[in-house]
Amino acid sequence: MSSEMTTQPQYYHDEIVKRLVQFSVAWAVLAMAAGVFVAAELLWPTLDMGQPWLSFGRLRPLHTNGIIFGFGVSALMATAFYSVQRTSHVPLFAPKLAWFLCYAWQLLVLSGGLSLLAGMNTTKEYAELEWPFDIAIALLWVSFGIVFFGTISRRKIRPIYISNWFYGALIIVIAMLHIVNNLELPVTWTKSYSLYAGAQDAIVQWWYGHNAVGFLLTGGFLGMLYYFLPKHAGRPIWSYKLSVVAFWAFTYSYIWAGPHHLHYNAIPEWVQSLGMVMSLVLLAPSWATLINGVMTVSSAWEKLKTDPALKFIVLSLAFYGLATFEGPMMAIRSVNVVSHFTDWTIGHVHSGALGWNAMITYGTFYYLMPRLVGTELYSKRLANVHFWLALAGTMLYIIAMWAAGVSQGLLWLSLDETGELAFGFRDIMSSMAPYYGLRLLAGLIFLGGTLLMAYNFYMTTRSRKTVKVEPPVVDPAFGVV
Amino acid sequence: MNALKLHKKLEENNALLIFGILLVSSLGGLVQVLPSVYQESLRTPEANTRPYSALELAGRDIYISEGCSTCHSQQIRSLVAEVERYGPYSRAGEFVYDRPFLWGSKRTGPDLHRVGGKYSDDWHRIHLVDPRSVVPTSIMPGYPWLAEKDLRSDDIQAKLRGLRSLGHPYSDEEIENAPAQLEGRKQIDALIAYLQMLGTGFVEPESGAGDSSE
Repeated sequence: MSSEMTTQPQYYHDEIVKRLVQFSVAWAVLAMAAGVFVAAELLWPTLDMGQPWLSFGRLRPLHTNGIIFGFGVSALMATAFYSVQRTSHVPLFAPKLAWFLCYAWQLLVLSGGLSLLAGMNTTKEYAELEWPFDIAIALLWVSFGIVFFGTISRRKIRPIYISNWFYGALIIVIAMLHIVNNLELPVTWTKSYSLYAGAQDAIVQWWYGHNAVGFLLTGGFLGMLYYFLPKHAGRPIWSYKLSVVAFWAFTYSYIWAGPHHLHYNAIPEWVQSLGMVMSLVLLAPSWATLINGVMTVSSAWEKLKTDPALKFIVLSLAFYGLATFEGPMMAIRSVNVVSHFTDWTIGHVHSGALGWNAMITYGTFYYLMPRLVGTELYSKRLANVHFWLALAGTMLYIIAMWAAGVSQGLLWLSLDETGELAFGFRDIMSSMAPYYGLRLLAGLIFLGGTLLMAYNFYMTTRSRKTVKVEPPVVDPAFGVV
Repeated sequence: MNALKLHKKLEENNALLIFGILLVSSLGGLVQVLPSVYQESLRTPEANTRPYSALELAGRDIYISEGCSTCHSQQIRSLVAEVERYGPYSRAGEFVYDRPFLWGSKRTGPDLHRVGGKYSDDWHRIHLVDPRSVVPTSIMPGYPWLAEKDLRSDDIQAKLRGLRSLGHPYSDEEIENAPAQLEGRKQIDALIAYLQMLGTGFVEPESGAGDSSE
């Protein structure tokens, strides 16, 4: 059918997808290794050997930025490009721009990471990069949007599939958040001052910070879920209507929840209360998606025995449910009194980042890689070992940080019978070493699994080229007239 | 026209979908964040709050550059235990000259908002270079290079001018004399000057009732 219109066969641009997957895996290894190193520094503070660039304060933002923008965004671009072509039945729009984006983004993450090590740091969390990088991010993000929405606008299928809405929301909302939060006045090439000051800067920053988690780490990866889960399970999404409702409820309510990062801080109380209430409301759309996902796989449980990729995705759903439940609980002011400023927050972030983001990405990559190179996965057994390492690492991490955080929070607040503080800060801090040791072990286990995956992919792709795939014929009933 | 029909339009039109996402996601920001940005009380300084001196500002920028805020908060919450441990809780007006804010999200080390004046300059100097020489159980990294590296003075005027354009009241004279304040000093001097003025922007009113910490 399509051959009537074009004389030359059209192929999906999957080389770009493969390259982005490879970059994403490389960033996962590097940024997780940085995480393991900073975890070790909390046990042995002289590990930095007096080198400024190895110091905790400079490496920690490298860890978070490497994971979010290196590992996470590369994975999101790869999967968005893969799925938008297939759900639109057309090759990527502006493939040259897509290739440019693929490499320019890596260069940006690399040079941005080096700038953090050099001490260029705005300190606004997940927006630490200085103003020249902020401009570059904005420009590259726009090209991401052009490729993505350009492909959709040339689609041969009338409805825009649900996964594309989530990827679309990722592109649009992150652009808005990034630009507004990074409004700053450059004073030198390496230094700028925020246009907002003090409490106002805090409110804007956590509107950004919370929704970077919301629309990138949650929304973007939900796009991945809505395409790859049904593909894996071999059946359509359980309820399309529910996904419609969940999408709009999610997009509307997530944006309000930021101020729960500032409970009992010097910002207006109504802003805190509103942030708390909306964080609780957020539980509904989050779990609507969870139910939709679980019901979709619920008739394909037998596949779990044989498919390590699906195991990762199903487990990621469990951690998604856990993290999206824990989040609203921590947003309740009386709970937040204990959890704020403690390692509990770190544990919560990692139940999302390791349990949800990394697992669903790993599952998706195990699905993608063999298909992209047209061969079987090098070793299913290694993938299964990776699965158990990932699960063990994540569980140990969460438990260690939860125990550390809850005890910190309670001990900081405890008063003796005379109303005096019961414990000194130093005593509480030095009692954390066992938990930090467990956390380091957990990080090593998780990193070990990731290395196995990298090796598995290397052996799978060795000396093979990406397979060319033609867009399939469109059913006229769904086609664009 | 029922809701699903309306939605059918949305999900079949690229531009409408983009517009819908933008509209729905910006509501929260418009109602919740925008009013705060224009709220006068959040940018009115406390009686004792003043802009940073050239040396303190240089020190603050070192605090930022080294990522001190990854482990130290500068925000004393309005809770009894926090006030007992660290001092009077933080007021919004104390932060009006803070670009960016440095409240932090994690206390691996203690809160620093009222650290000013708690320790001597010499204590800070020893502690910053080798924390374990004064606090044996500390897990803070040492910063020996701060005691060795000279303080840059060539960019301070650009910084002060930039801040003045954002409304910080620096006089021409202060900007003129700024490089001289910094010359010949080490980075650690500026950082200590900054630490020593932290939290001094608020002085509790003498109430006589005795119980003014709440």
